[in-house]
Amino acid sequence: MGASQTHSAYKYQDLMTKTGFSLEQIKNLHYRFRQLSENNETLSRENLENIKDLADNPIKKQIVEAFFDKRNQHQNEMGSFEEIGFEQFVMVMSHFRPPTPKMTEEEKLAMRKDKLHFLFNMHDSDNDGKITLEEYRKVVEELLSMSGDIEKDTARGIADAAMLEVASTNVPNMGPDDYYEGITFEHFEQMFKEVEMESRMHVRFLDVDTRTIHS
Amino acid sequence: MSQLWSSSGPRLTGFLCVLLVVSAHASRDAGDPHHQNSSTTHRKAFPVLSFNYDHVKTPFEISLWILLALLMKLGFHIIPRVSSIVLESCLLIVVGLLIGGIIKAIKQTAPVLDSKLFFLYLLPPIILDAGYFLPIRPFTENMGTILVFAVVGTLWNAAFIGGMMYGVCQIEGAQLGHVDLLSCLLFGAIISAVDPVAVLAVFEEIHINELLYILVFGESLLNDAVTVVLYHLFEEFSHAGIVTVGDAFLGVVCFFVVSLGGVMVGTIYGILGAFTSRFTSHTRVIEPLFVFLYSYMAYLSAEVFHLSGIMSLIACGVTMRPYVEANISHKSYTTIKYFLKMWSSVSETLIFIFLGVSTVAGPHAWNWTFVIFTVILCLVSRVLGVMGLTYIINKFRIVKLTKKDQFIVAYGGLRGAIAFSLGFLLTNNEMKNMFLTAIITVIFFTVFVQGMTIRPLVELLAVKKKEESKTSINEEIHTQFLDHLLTGIEDICGHYGHHHWKDKYDAYVKRWLIVGERSTEPQLISFYNKMEMKQAMMLVESGSAAKLPTLMSAATLQNIQQKGVPSRRAIPSISKSREEEIRKILRANLQKTRQKLYSYRRHDLVMDPFEDNVSEIRFRRQRAEMEKRMSHYLTVPANRQETPSVRKVCFEPENKVYTYDDSESPRGRAAQPSPRLPDAISLLSKSPQRPNQTSALRAKGSTELRAKAPDEQEEQDQVKLSRCFSDPGPNEEEEEDGSFLS
Repeated sequence: MGASQTHSAYKYQDLMTKTGFSLEQIKNLHYRFRQLSENNETLSRENLENIKDLADNPIKKQIVEAFFDKRNQHQNEMGSFEEIGFEQFVMVMSHFRPPTPKMTEEEKLAMRKDKLHFLFNMHDSDNDGKITLEEYRKVVEELLSMSGDIEKDTARGIADAAMLEVASTNVPNMGPDDYYEGITFEHFEQMFKEVEMESRMHVRFLDVDTRTIHS
Repeated sequence: MSQLWSSSGPRLTGFLCVLLVVSAHASRDAGDPHHQNSSTTHRKAFPVLSFNYDHVKTPFEISLWILLALLMKLGFHIIPRVSSIVLESCLLIVVGLLIGGIIKAIKQTAPVLDSKLFFLYLLPPIILDAGYFLPIRPFTENMGTILVFAVVGTLWNAAFIGGMMYGVCQIEGAQLGHVDLLSCLLFGAIISAVDPVAVLAVFEEIHINELLYILVFGESLLNDAVTVVLYHLFEEFSHAGIVTVGDAFLGVVCFFVVSLGGVMVGTIYGILGAFTSRFTSHTRVIEPLFVFLYSYMAYLSAEVFHLSGIMSLIACGVTMRPYVEANISHKSYTTIKYFLKMWSSVSETLIFIFLGVSTVAGPHAWNWTFVIFTVILCLVSRVLGVMGLTYIINKFRIVKLTKKDQFIVAYGGLRGAIAFSLGFLLTNNEMKNMFLTAIITVIFFTVFVQGMTIRPLVELLAVKKKEESKTSINEEIHTQFLDHLLTGIEDICGHYGHHHWKDKYDAYVKRWLIVGERSTEPQLISFYNKMEMKQAMMLVESGSAAKLPTLMSAATLQNIQQKGVPSRRAIPSISKSREEEIRKILRANLQKTRQKLYSYRRHDLVMDPFEDNVSEIRFRRQRAEMEKRMSHYLTVPANRQETPSVRKVCFEPENKVYTYDDSESPRGRAAQPSPRLPDAISLLSKSPQRPNQTSALRAKGSTELRAKAPDEQEEQDQVKLSRCFSDPGPNEEEEEDGSFLS
């Protein structure tokens, strides 16, 4: 018991440095991980999909998939896991940390890029480095999937128009025979240059133990 | 031409002043001739023309005042250079001073800014206007900061000014020994509050960035609760003379009651209003009245219980707005907006003029020490307060407030008519005059000096201005995506953050308060449609072929679609709800989109080109060009069937009034399928009596057209479309007028 405690303490330390969470936050996340995985060592897709609150979320599948996506693990691998361990869970969560007041400009920009990569990966499902029209259409369809019976074509129309917009902003002088492959990461970044992603894309991670609050 | 105007402006004003004075005179003497006539016994001739002024005296004078005020306003904007240098509110106060001077010179009693008049009639329209169009997202995002400034900041101001003034009053030789601590604190409470009217008047003209605007303005709105509590507290105490700890505790409790109670009252009325609007589809004409009346009732109800009326009004407007706007017709929306802007404009003008008049008229007790120290202390306490609070707040904020921001927030803390009216309500006469004088001086100082210099200072400091944000479809898509993502992550984390609650709230409440299907209409679709309209409008404006389908621009979908995969599109069938939505959105022209974004600015309303009749001529000219281009674009290449070119895509002139009932719909005809044509088009060919709808659908068809890829199959559809455009027979030609831009 003692050995495993020091072992987990060592792991926590490691995770803290890798992800930047505090010890309290990691402990809380670990508690939540154990809850979700029903005390197993690894988490599967079903565990996440069974979360009640996620049922109403139109992009549930993408969110779940993002946890199992190897690209989000900062290890330059591709493909996806079947099951993830706690480390992978925390790595994904670390993408949602808010910027700390002590960060320098470069760190903030790096964080922004990191978060944008996360988003990009969510859209680019076939992993070819660009978001093609089909993928974008899928994104919009999913987004609208929960809102009544939307004709497929409306979603497509929206996606097409959006795609056109990106194309015309980024490649202004395309001839009629040029072919716009898809939204690359640079173009994607360009879309968000007004938005300070590092501040917008964050979730408050609690330092307080929430065990007693809800099951 | 402008010279003629500028010389006649003041002349006209002068004439009106004289008229006003004469009427004031006449009101005194009007009664006598009548008496004399009725008391005589012998028969006189039937009076053909008689003079009876008393009868209409009150409404006549009120109307004359309002007319005068508005003519002043008009005059300022006609004289070109003055309005760019001097603030409108300053000019109005000066006019008020002049009029006050004139009235005093002829020894009449001037109308004073009576507190009842101010609080019950002049203030609510301004606050309702501000609250209804309050930009919610920045407001809620910065709510913590705003509350800290409003509550803690005002308390600090009141305490500091009150305390220091008491110290000042103790100075020998200032003849202020009779002012006791409680009176000083009362004075501090009155003068410490930042005034929304003044802030609005000044900040509207300087176009500052949204964050700063919402901080100062939000503070000015929310500090009303503090002001009310402090005012009543100190007034009670200054009569009683002694303060106990229990009283202080009750004061704190009172604060919570006043603010939360006010908000609650407002929310209740807001929900009632939203609920009522659900049923107004058959009586569209009175829809705006519901909004106004529920809000006014909220204000009055709060005032009955001495709760914060301003907070109640804001809560009502904020609560009501999303649901009412989903339910009411576009015309009602426009009516509401215009009426609110109109009333608040008139109110503001009147307030400033009356301030001027009251300054001249009121009994004054000038005390150099008191006044000068008040002004200095106001400034000092404001600066210290803002700096100190920002230091604390920045520890909790993600986007920090810079020194420049702090300076603007401090400098923008203007005092205004609320302080004056509260001072007027004081019952203790010996110090009232002195207080009033000091208050007026502070108001003048803040409005004139701070108000006028803030604009050059903003330029000098290069403070970030309001950006003209052009939200693109991509941004909209990703904003929503992000919202859902964050909610999802919060759910996975297991704690309920504010995304989660917002989602839940949206899901449940909307069902109750929004009519039928619109509650499920995703934001993205309506946004997309607005964008399409916007693109179309831009087409009309630019009128150049190169930019014709900006949605397509240089990169057509041909380029983007994966080669070798010519997907056959299913012909879209437009459901009933879609039609309604389409119609609603298309009849709601671009103004709605743009102005919804900036509706809280009164001046933008004035400047909008689409409402200007001059642009109509421009439209007509460009319409012809547009038609030409459209026909060129929609004409097919050679290997198609016969294709007469498009004859007309007409645009309705701006001011044509439709006797169009929103509840009608082409539902009956929607069900007619056509084997090869899109349903939208089949509707077009048979629509004798309903021009508006057809054109609406046609427009929708054409925009949908542009957004679709012209691959093989679709070019054929385009052909059909173009044929349909020109197909309608003679009797439909007149009615072809499209409400492309209604």
